[in-house]
Amino acid sequence: MAITFVLNGNSQSIDVSPDMPLLWVLRDILNMTGTKFGCGMALCGACTVHINGEASRSCITPISTVAGKNITTIEGLSLDGTHPVQQAWVAEDVPQCGYCQSGQIMSAVALLAKKTNPTDADIDDAMSGNICRCGTYQRIRKAIHRAAAASPAKTNSAA
Amino acid sequence: MTTTPVLQRRDFLKTAATGSAVLLIGFHLPTSAFADSSEDQEKKPVNPFNAWVRIAPDNQVTLILGKSEMGQGIMTALPMILAEELCLDWSKIKIDQAPTNPKIYDLGTGGSGSVAGSWTPLRQAGAAAREMLITAAAQRWNVLRDTCKAQDGGVLHGARKQFFTYGELAPDAAKLPIPDFHTVPLKSSADFTIVGHDQQSVVARKKSTGAAKFGIDARPANLQYAVIARCPVFGGKVAKFDATKAKAVPGVRDVFAIDAVAMGAFTAGGVVVIADNSWAAMQGRKALAITWDEGPHAAESSASLHQQFIDNAAKPGKVVRNDGDADAALAAAPKKLESVYEIPFAAHACMEPMNCTVHIRPDGAEAWIPTQAPQWAQDVIAQVSGLKPESVIVHTTLMGGGFGRRYQADFAVEAAQVAKAVGKPVMVLWTREDDMQHDFYRPAAYHRLQGAVDPQGALLAWKHFQTSTSIAAVWEKNGLEKPEQSEFGTAAFIPYRTPNFRVEYTLAQSGVPRAWWRSVEHSGCGFVVESFVDELAHAAGADPVAFRLKLLGDPRIIPDFFGPTENKPLNSARLEGVLKLAAEKAGWGTPLPKGVAHGIATYYSFESYTAAVAEVSVKDGQVNVQRIVYAVDCGRPINPEGVTAQVESAAIYGLSAFMNDAITINKGRVEQSNFNDYEMPRINQSPKIEVHIVRSTEDPTGIGEPGLPVIAPAVCNAVFALTNKRLRRLPIQPADLA
Ligand code: FES
Ligand code: FES
Repeated sequence: MAITFVLNGNSQSIDVSPDMPLLWVLRDILNMTGTKFGCGMALCGACTVHINGEASRSCITPISTVAGKNITTIEGLSLDGTHPVQQAWVAEDVPQCGYCQSGQIMSAVALLAKKTNPTDADIDDAMSGNICRCGTYQRIRKAIHRAAAASPAKTNSAA
Repeated sequence: MTTTPVLQRRDFLKTAATGSAVLLIGFHLPTSAFADSSEDQEKKPVNPFNAWVRIAPDNQVTLILGKSEMGQGIMTALPMILAEELCLDWSKIKIDQAPTNPKIYDLGTGGSGSVAGSWTPLRQAGAAAREMLITAAAQRWNVLRDTCKAQDGGVLHGARKQFFTYGELAPDAAKLPIPDFHTVPLKSSADFTIVGHDQQSVVARKKSTGAAKFGIDARPANLQYAVIARCPVFGGKVAKFDATKAKAVPGVRDVFAIDAVAMGAFTAGGVVVIADNSWAAMQGRKALAITWDEGPHAAESSASLHQQFIDNAAKPGKVVRNDGDADAALAAAPKKLESVYEIPFAAHACMEPMNCTVHIRPDGAEAWIPTQAPQWAQDVIAQVSGLKPESVIVHTTLMGGGFGRRYQADFAVEAAQVAKAVGKPVMVLWTREDDMQHDFYRPAAYHRLQGAVDPQGALLAWKHFQTSTSIAAVWEKNGLEKPEQSEFGTAAFIPYRTPNFRVEYTLAQSGVPRAWWRSVEHSGCGFVVESFVDELAHAAGADPVAFRLKLLGDPRIIPDFFGPTENKPLNSARLEGVLKLAAEKAGWGTPLPKGVAHGIATYYSFESYTAAVAEVSVKDGQVNVQRIVYAVDCGRPINPEGVTAQVESAAIYGLSAFMNDAITINKGRVEQSNFNDYEMPRINQSPKIEVHIVRSTEDPTGIGEPGLPVIAPAVCNAVFALTNKRLRRLPIQPADLA
């Protein structure tokens, strides 16, 4: 049976096994590869998307549970990479290999939507579910502070 | 990044004669460190060209090369070097991946050598192009050459304020002879406007929008997805399997077995599940019933390996180096120390799990591979498919981390086996568990250090015995005769002066695959050497910085023991420089708050010099690394910002080795499986990292790895300063702190 949800602002209907995780629907069925696979067990955060504005691990989210919900992926954050958090990421030269960064950015955007001016402790709390094997943590922290300073009002999820 | 359409050799050998409108200059970037060990590659002639500068009439300047980007920033640093000589905006240079050409030796990225090895040839190529373009402009204007100069991507004739873009000049320049690289005038470093100045990575934006395509993102039309059930025991194989239930999983298309192969690359073989998507393939794999033939290593365990180490250590090892008489000096010394250090296997845990996408047709093949060694991948795909290597097109994709893991070709071999059977494009995806349990691990090692100091702090003797599961024994022809050559590095030519220096080695047997892990032998040996020096300093009652400076003594040049002619020697003055700089910047010796201590370490690796001071506190048995202050000397920093980023990265990787990294073996299999039992440092454990770069004018040297070896010893030395507890095992064990 088809499952319908809103993906980056557009209605999306999909007919797959109901237990298939959202991650694989995005990557393999819709070919939206910005959301990454890192562990498949909610341990690394590479697959982070927003479900109704909440940072969620798409690798453990069965597609059936997102019916009727509003999903934002990295591709939906901005049309052209100009979301304030993306701009801060570029300005601080955060990415190294870059593989974890979709997930990092999605977690950061969700954090800033709740706390427009997060402390270091807030950042530790919100971001410690996201692994970066390249160790870009210091720059991630700086970029979040930069995004907060640049545009406290506009850091909401695009959803 | 795109792969440049096949370049015919004649195109770049004879640009002028073919009347091409494109200026194309071929040059040679030296082979990377690891490529040398591949037998297949050694048989090939060295082609003079493996990189090209291309200037087209549309004004596009392209750098075509066979280096892979895995986060180390070479796609920024290399065009910067070229742009400096060519006098143009470096960000306008397009980088294309060279097509893998089986006749050309080396297309690989490893050993921290990309920037180091490219510095001079890239400058020469840029300067040659510049000189040709200036000549072409002078001829067109019919003016003296020295009234013209290169500027902003074109040539300017001062007197008349005339300007031609490089694109306009390219057709004429292409007709000129290419100047001799050895005599072409290089820019004076005083005139550098790009090199040595901070630049942002070129791909940061793509990597911030989800647009960057990694290997795992390859989506050729009609792609099928595969996972492989591999024998959990190294060296085991499939005895029998039943695919009935797996084939009943919706979306599963096929199930079949593949053999283990050893084509230089070692694969495990196993049972392949082909499906319409990754999830279905994984579900299908879960439904397989497989009986394994566990093979010869089924009884191996970390405990048995530890016992083997102890047994080996009870006997003398093979003498690797022997200056003076360390045994006699130790016997006679009034004050001596003996310590044992132990290091487990470690996994790379690249953020992007291994994967490879291959399409084999009767007449050719195409592959999308996140690899540090595209040519090797091309070779193995050709071997498996029976095609000629030149019929195999390899797209080297972005890599979600490499760290040495992606120098292997095992994932390409498997994918080729699967693709050959399927006949359609197929991605072999590794889950995190596959990646963790079928890696090529940092060797497990056991070191025994003995040393003696006199009351004045002179080092009377240094004796280093190591037994380990050598990398060379896996990969190199002479590895069984010289297994030690991959296991000591700088530890066999320590910069601390002693008349009695002895190094011994015994190979330990293991079925666990090993290979290069970020910073290779230096990760373990740096820990051991710099911890033991610290132990000796404390035994001598000396300050650890003053003690090291004294042992370094007057500046001297120390040849690389394993590569006295190929590698640059260690310059003790440069090591002294970073040691002093790190100490000064960290405030070494100034009082710290209660419960906080400093530890220091300094090391030489990949021809670069690093020192780090770790600022550490310990609470409830937990080590908290608050701050790390680095000094690095990697020659002339091309992009200082990029150097800083690499060192920050190595710090966290090193911290991971200190805190977590341990692959343990039981019943021949890896006990860890995912980030729950092989943990990674997280942002809340990430210290403040400061990097101070020596503004050297020496040629650039490696920086992707040298930041790593100093971390574990600096932290452990700080823990000792704080608690009097000496941590001699990695990763940190709570029992050692208790
Ligand atoms: S892939 Fe979902 S948290 Fe790691
Ligand atoms: S940038 Fe490589 S894993 Fe984060």
